[in-house]
Order: sequence, then C-alpha cells, then structure tokens
Amino acid sequence: MKNEKENALQPDVPLDIARWGFPSHYDVSLKKDSDDIFEDSRVIVNIGPTHPAMHGAFRCMAKLNGEIIEKSYCEFGYTHRAKEKLGENRTYHQFIVYTDRLNYCSSLINNVTYALSVERLMGVEVPERATWIRMICAELARVIDHLICVGINAVDLGAFSYFLYGYHQREKAYTLIEQLCGARLTTSYTRIGGLMYDAPEGWEKDVKAWVKETRDVIDEMDRLLTDNRIWLNRTKNVAVFNKEQCLNYSFTGPNARAAGVDIDLRRDQPCMFYDKMDFDVPIARVGDVFDRYYVRMEEMKQSLNIISQCCDKIRSGPIWSEDKRVRIPEKAAVYNTMEGLIHHFKFFMTGFNVPPGEAYTAFEAANGELGFYIVSKGDVNAHRMRIRSPSFWHYQGLSPMIQGGYIADLVAALGSINVIAGELDR
Amino acid sequence: MSFEMSFMMIKIAVVLAGLLAVVPIMLFVERRGSALLQNRLGPNRMGPFGMFQAACDVLKFIFKEDSPPGHVNKFYYSLAPWLAVIPAFMTFAVIPFAGSMSWNGSEAIFQVANLDVGILYCFSVASLGVYGIIMAGWASNNKYSLLGSLRSSAQMISYELTLGLSIVGIIMVFQSVKLGDITAAQGETLVSIAGLDIPKWGIFIQPVGFIIFLISVFAETNRLPFDLPEGESELIAGYHLEYGSMRFALFMMAEFINMAVASGLITSLFFGGWQLLPGFGWLAGQFAGTEHAQLILVFFQGVSFVIKVAFWMWFFVWVRWTLPRFRFDQLMKLGWKVLFPIALINVFVTGLLIYKGVL
Repeated sequence: MKNEKENALQPDVPLDIARWGFPSHYDVSLKKDSDDIFEDSRVIVNIGPTHPAMHGAFRCMAKLNGEIIEKSYCEFGYTHRAKEKLGENRTYHQFIVYTDRLNYCSSLINNVTYALSVERLMGVEVPERATWIRMICAELARVIDHLICVGINAVDLGAFSYFLYGYHQREKAYTLIEQLCGARLTTSYTRIGGLMYDAPEGWEKDVKAWVKETRDVIDEMDRLLTDNRIWLNRTKNVAVFNKEQCLNYSFTGPNARAAGVDIDLRRDQPCMFYDKMDFDVPIARVGDVFDRYYVRMEEMKQSLNIISQCCDKIRSGPIWSEDKRVRIPEKAAVYNTMEGLIHHFKFFMTGFNVPPGEAYTAFEAANGELGFYIVSKGDVNAHRMRIRSPSFWHYQGLSPMIQGGYIADLVAALGSINVIAGELDR
Repeated sequence: MSFEMSFMMIKIAVVLAGLLAVVPIMLFVERRGSALLQNRLGPNRMGPFGMFQAACDVLKFIFKEDSPPGHVNKFYYSLAPWLAVIPAFMTFAVIPFAGSMSWNGSEAIFQVANLDVGILYCFSVASLGVYGIIMAGWASNNKYSLLGSLRSSAQMISYELTLGLSIVGIIMVFQSVKLGDITAAQGETLVSIAGLDIPKWGIFIQPVGFIIFLISVFAETNRLPFDLPEGESELIAGYHLEYGSMRFALFMMAEFINMAVASGLITSLFFGGWQLLPGFGWLAGQFAGTEHAQLILVFFQGVSFVIKVAFWMWFFVWVRWTLPRFRFDQLMKLGWKVLFPIALINVFVTGLLIYKGVL
C-alpha cells in the first residue's frame, strides 16, 4: 500500500534513483535497464569519443572495478552523416563520392561494391579489363586496410615501429592508386558501367613490383611481432568472441573467420572473376585478438596472390560498358555534335533512370560483408538506399567482448575488430 | 676556499651540467633513433641532422603559457613535477664517473659523494620520485591520471623490491655498498683465457642478477615495455595528462634523467663503471711517465664511463621502439612471480658460492 502511494506521487523518480545509485527503499527492479551501468557507486570512465585509442569517434562508458571493466556501454553516432538518406537524394553517379567515406581505409572496395550493385540492378555488363582492374583495386584496398588494422592494433599495444613498417607499403599502394585516379584516400574511382580512367601503361608491372615488396615487408612484420612473448600475452585469449557469439552478432569477414566461421563472399558468392582465382580463406579457431590479427596477416598474403594473378591475366581493351544509359559520352562527341552535348548535359545534370526493382549486392569488403540494398522506382535517385556495413555489427559485439577484461584489453579488442567510424555511423 | 671545497663544487657543476645536457641529447637520440628503427627520417630541418630540434622544443616548452586546469589541486599540482625531477638529479651523486688521482698531496675522487650507504642512497632517493607521480595523478583530479598514478605506485613498489634484491649478489661479492669500491674492485681480472683477460665485471659474476636488474630498471624508469603509468593508448597520457608547458617538460626531464641514472647504475654495477674499455688502456699507456699522465688516465676513464652509459641509454631507446607494452596484471605477475623468486634464488646461490670459496 505504501509503495503504491509513493509511486503514485512520484511516478518517474524510481528510474532516476536507480540511475544515480542512491540507496532507496523503492522497488526499482521492474524498471531496471539491463544496460544501465550507473546502478551502483563504481567509477564510470568515459573512454572516448576523443580518446587516442578510439580510432574515430566512439564512446565506451566503462564501469571499472580497479582496472577491470565490469560492465560497459558502447555508444556510436558521432560520425553520422546520413549517408543512406543522401543516397535517396543524389543521383546514382553522385553517390559514388559518398561511398568513399564509408570505410575510408579501403574506399576502393566501397566504390567497387557500389558500382556492382547498381550495375546488377540495371543489368549492365562491364568489359573484362574493367573487371580485372576493379579486382586489383579491391584486393589492393584490402591489403591497405589490413595493414592499417594490424598496425594500429600494435600501436595500441605499444609496438609503434611495427605500424610504420606497414605504413610505408601502404603509402606506396596509395601512390599506385594515385596513378589510377589522382586521389590517394577518397578515390571515387569506379563509375557505373566502367571506370573513371583506364590504368596507365605499365601499371600492372608497378603493382607486381609492389606485391613482391609487400610480401617481404609482411614477412618482416611477422618476424618482428608475431612470436613476441609480450605480444602473445597481450593478445592470446583476450577479448574472445567465439563462433556462436559471432553468429549471434552477425559477424562477418576476418573477425568471424578468426572464430572459425568459414565464410568468405569472394569464395561463396563469387562475383567478378573470383571463381577463376586461386586463393585460400584463412580460418582460426579461438576468436581472440591474436586470431583476428593473424587471420588478417594471412589474408594479406592471399590478397597479394590474387593481385599477382590478376596482373598476369589483365589484357588491354575497353573499360566502358557499351550500354548507352550509363556510358559517359565521348569528349569528341560532346565537343563536336549537338546530340553529344545534350546527352552529356542531361547525363550529368539529371542522371540516368534506373529501372524499377530492388537488389541487394554484397561483397567481401576488408572488414566483412559490405552490402548495398537499393530500391529503385524508376527514378534518377534511389527510393531507398540501405548500406549493410560490417563495422556496425562488429561494434555491437565490443561490449560483451570486453566484459571482465582490463582497460588495456578494451583497447586491444577495439583495434582488432577494426571498427571504422565512417562505416559504422554511415 | 679550500681545495676540497672548490673541487667538490666543480664536480657538482659537471654532474649537473652533464645531466641537464642529457635531456636535449636524449630528445635528439630518441627522435632520430626511433626514425632510424622505423625507416623514416625524423626531424632533420633544424641545424645539422636536426640537432637543434631539441633546443627548439625546449624553447617552445619554456614560452608556452602555463595554465593549470580549473579542477586541479593547485598546490600539489605545482609541487608534483619538482618532486619527480629533483630526486632524479640527486641520485647521480653517488655514481663515480672516473677513478681517483692524487693532487697536491690529497686524494681526489671523481664522484660527488662517496657515501657509506652508497647504493642504498640511490634506491632510497629514486623511490622518492614515485611521490611526484602519485601526487600528479591525484592532484590532477582526473580519472585517467589517477589510474596512471595507481599503476605507477604499484609498479614502482613491486619492482623496487626485485631491483634491491638483484644487486644483493653484487654487494655480497664485493663486500661493500659503496659504488666507488664496487667499481674499483671490478678492475681485477676474473679469469685469463689464452692471454685474454676477462675483467671481474658484475655481468660476468652475476649474469642472472644483471638480467633482473635490467628488467627492473626499465620498470623503474617507466619506459616501454613498462610504460603503464603513461599508457599512451589506454590512459591517454596517464599521470601527466593535465600538465602542459614546462611542467610537462619537467616530467619528461625526470624520465630522461632517470634513464641516465639507470644507465649509470648498470654501468657501475655490472660493466666496470669507469674501468677502461679495451684499447683505452693501451692508449693511456702511451702517455705514461709524462707530466699529465694521471690526468690523461682519468680522462680516458671518464670517456669509458660516458661510452658505456651512452650505450645503455641507446639500449633504452632501442627497446622502447621494438617491444609492445605489458598489461598491468602481467606486469605484476612478472614482478612478483617470476623476477622476485629468481632474485631470491640468485642471492641464495651467490651466498653458497661465496661460502664454497668459488667467488
């Protein structure tokens, strides 16, 4: 009776009391939020959004007992730029530049995936050479992404030199990408139905030289860190996320493979010419930080194999689809004919119509399954543009992953799942 | 002023100036050395090889506005950097940097103070340095700083124990805690193999003690792989998170000077201190019988000492840019469960060997 009366007088108070941890005679158990970390008087430490180990802006509120994280609550949204809504307000070509900013460590993969999904929706076929270049681009971006991931993970655990070993190769890869499209980070290289420019003459040779060099560098990195006792102590059986948890949390990519989930969209749903490629999918069992690190190291080697196979098979030829709907008109036609000029003007000012329909196209991005779900109503803009970014799912797993670990483990875990803020928040 | 007095003043000036010079030199070595290890150039714009970069940094620190944040405890906040840096300077007083020479009939020793407690003074003063760190963390009124200072207090106390135990063997062998005596005794020949004299340096008679000492001294100076109090990536900057300008620079100075002291101790205890390096004996012998023979010998001893110390300073930089960082519980485990028992066994075995007359 008493309880009822008090609750009637102050209907919203019990929840606040639970929040601030005041001793109370209210029965708050019914309203208790399982994610509420303010329930008792432990120290809450805000890790992020401006913390050096938070690569990008995330926030993790951790309830500490000594140095052990008893409970944590991970928050995101600091880099939200309404990418999906922008997809509904920009033409299909205009949206390419936005895909760069998803996972900015491997923007080429995003470009390629986006182009693939729109082409699939329209039924456009791209010529062989364009596909080969796209494959090289995708694998190049994967290597770059993994280099930065394992490097930054090592930096977080104090091994700075290791990171810079890989960083040099990354810069060289960026120079190769710069030869393709003039940009290093935000590439916007693919076009729907083709590519921005053809690869310069002799580019494959440069790429092959880079592959050779990178193999040596990766071996060197391997020797420097993988068997280091301190590194093993810091990473083995730390932040374990097992197979079952990975499936529950929809983990994909290297993070899932580290726990033994044998999926790789390049092998399981081959697009482009991946079915003609000879490569292995590395799998680990435990799903700890070390496995995630090592799977990435092995994947880089496989990607380098794929790149060199592509470089051998690439032949000169056209890079643009013959489909008039998506093909950017030739400059000669634009400058010399009336129809060409009008075509060019209409193409860039209003865009092209995509036939009604919907398609989900997924590709194995560096972090996992990157998918574009596009619903078209026959307009120049998408009716709905949904981006399935792997980091979004991986970030949800961070909180259970670090439960009961140390602060230092949080840093190791976050680095190892390679959450990219741009991709997470979109 | 008597001879002793003025000589003492000169020695103090030399040691202080040397330690102060260590800071910019180490800034230079750390930056360019790390660049060397990482396939990059490092700062190379100011002066030859970027040597004046350190001077520019120091100037920058001096001229930066020193504004303490509003939420700190002002008194302890300002006191902490001094408590960190002053003990670091004081420790070097007992480290001999050259042998002795007779001058005007009196014995001159190249050591600021040849205290009877010697090495114990070193440890007692060095352990004062941790107060600066704890105070900084507490006064900063910041959770990260506090975590950093908690870590550092636990780390320092655990590792001081192993540090102390690791040199017990040396003290037993040389029968003295005076660093001057220990260094002088290391000039003797341990064994002679095929005409090659192996000196009685600490490392040859106490190899296990040396390894434990080396590891503990890394922990004492808060350098990677034991830089947990700073823990750059997890605790942002740890105990000096809220410090800026010259106050921050004082913490950095303390770190570098602690490194110098640690290198000096490693050299004095395990590498013969000012005992001549191979080749230097021959060089000094060329001047035997000349007017300044004694002075030249002392000079070469000083150079030997500086070279050895410089090597160990470089070793600190080398390790820092190679290894990853420990986790806090692993650090404690290493200190208490691995190093501490080994140090105890080392003392026991040394005692047994001395009893048997081997050492």
